[in-house]
Amino acid sequence: MFDLTPDEWTAIRLSIRIAVVATAVALPFGIAVAWLLARKDFWGKSLLDGIVHLPLVLPPVVTGYLLLISFGRRGPIGAFLDEHFGIVFSFRWTGAALACGVMAFPLLVRAIRLSFEAIDRRLEDAATTLGASPLRAFFTVTLPLALPGVIAGMVLCFAKALGEFGATITFVSNIPGETQTISAAIYTLTQVPGGDTAAFRLVVVAIVISLAALIASEWFARRAGMRYHGD
Amino acid sequence: MLSVDIEKRLGDFHIKVAFESKGSVTALFGSSGSGKTSIVNMIAGLVKPDRGRIALDDTVLFESAARVNVPVYRRRIGYVFQEGRLFPHMSVAANLDYGRRMSGLARDDGEQRRIVELLDIGHLLDRRPGKLSGGERQRVAVGRALLMRPRLLLLDEPLASLDIARKREILPYLVRLRDEAKVPMVYVSHHPGELRRIATAVVWLDGGRVMKSGGLELLDQADLDAL
Repeated sequence: MFDLTPDEWTAIRLSIRIAVVATAVALPFGIAVAWLLARKDFWGKSLLDGIVHLPLVLPPVVTGYLLLISFGRRGPIGAFLDEHFGIVFSFRWTGAALACGVMAFPLLVRAIRLSFEAIDRRLEDAATTLGASPLRAFFTVTLPLALPGVIAGMVLCFAKALGEFGATITFVSNIPGETQTISAAIYTLTQVPGGDTAAFRLVVVAIVISLAALIASEWFARRAGMRYHGD
Repeated sequence: MLSVDIEKRLGDFHIKVAFESKGSVTALFGSSGSGKTSIVNMIAGLVKPDRGRIALDDTVLFESAARVNVPVYRRRIGYVFQEGRLFPHMSVAANLDYGRRMSGLARDDGEQRRIVELLDIGHLLDRRPGKLSGGERQRVAVGRALLMRPRLLLLDEPLASLDIARKREILPYLVRLRDEAKVPMVYVSHHPGELRRIATAVVWLDGGRVMKSGGLELLDQADLDAL
């Protein structure tokens, strides 16, 4: 029963690729936004905070629809990117990664922001008195100290991206081999007679991948934590 | 020579001081709340004065009239904080080397060895700051500040977080530092006894103003006032 069919493998590989790309691309933005929210006071901060958290509270279908009308081929951003950079999102796996990244973004930002807020800013002051520009102080002191939070955020982001369903299917549909992730494949299988066994296989796969990600993050976080508390 | 003439309002507290450092170790002396730490932070560049001028030898670090404000990281002023502030994610060796790396200075093994020996921290190099005693931590903090080859060293109550035995352990190192390292220092403390061992000149602060400045004899008067 655990012989996965080629179609199932395709869905699994696609899901992992989408989740990895979504997490990797979201990470620098997540760090920047988390830093802004943790450290800076500026006009419109509450608005930015609200917009970042919107995907968490909106129905995923709404987020997916908003992506469709803005990043779709005829959407203003989608048309611009297609014309100038040749980047197309609609009905492509890249669009699935975008939808997953947007949906997972609040989780990423929250985890990283909390760890930025927990850092003793006096250490950054100390770094600048030793000749580090604010940017170098950030990369040599702030970011390494926030690493456990960054890792936790990445795992949350990856897990969310792996399981995202509503926004993805609304934005890029459910095309086998292009946008059909594990979640979408399970959904499809439950809609057809006799699909239960195959659906169950994918359910087990989803559990295994998620557990592996959690264990890996625990391991990374513990190693990062050990670096601060002695050798 | 360091010359300071600054004003800064912090809530209800108003600092207005003018003094010049004389000799190798200038003490900023005064009770807590006299503005010592704020003044040191302004010299370092961590806090911006409202008005005034700070100059080190012939370099102007801050001058409100000329809109000069050299950023902290370009001032080359070493700062030893009360709580050490060692970077917890780096080994002692990496902490010591941090200032040199960030200031873009060439590696100087002789200088490094000399300071490590002076402070007697050679056996700690592979450890993390979390595994150091309070006294060891402060010695490493002093070494870290020295190894960026500062033009001036600020020490803000470097012994305040230590017990008496540890204070006795560190003071001789600081005295050696004064006599051997040839870096001018500004030393903040409210302990006349400590300052008598290390300082060569005294600026006595009270309520954000300079009460008196002069030699170590001011500390005798401080003892009398305390009686």
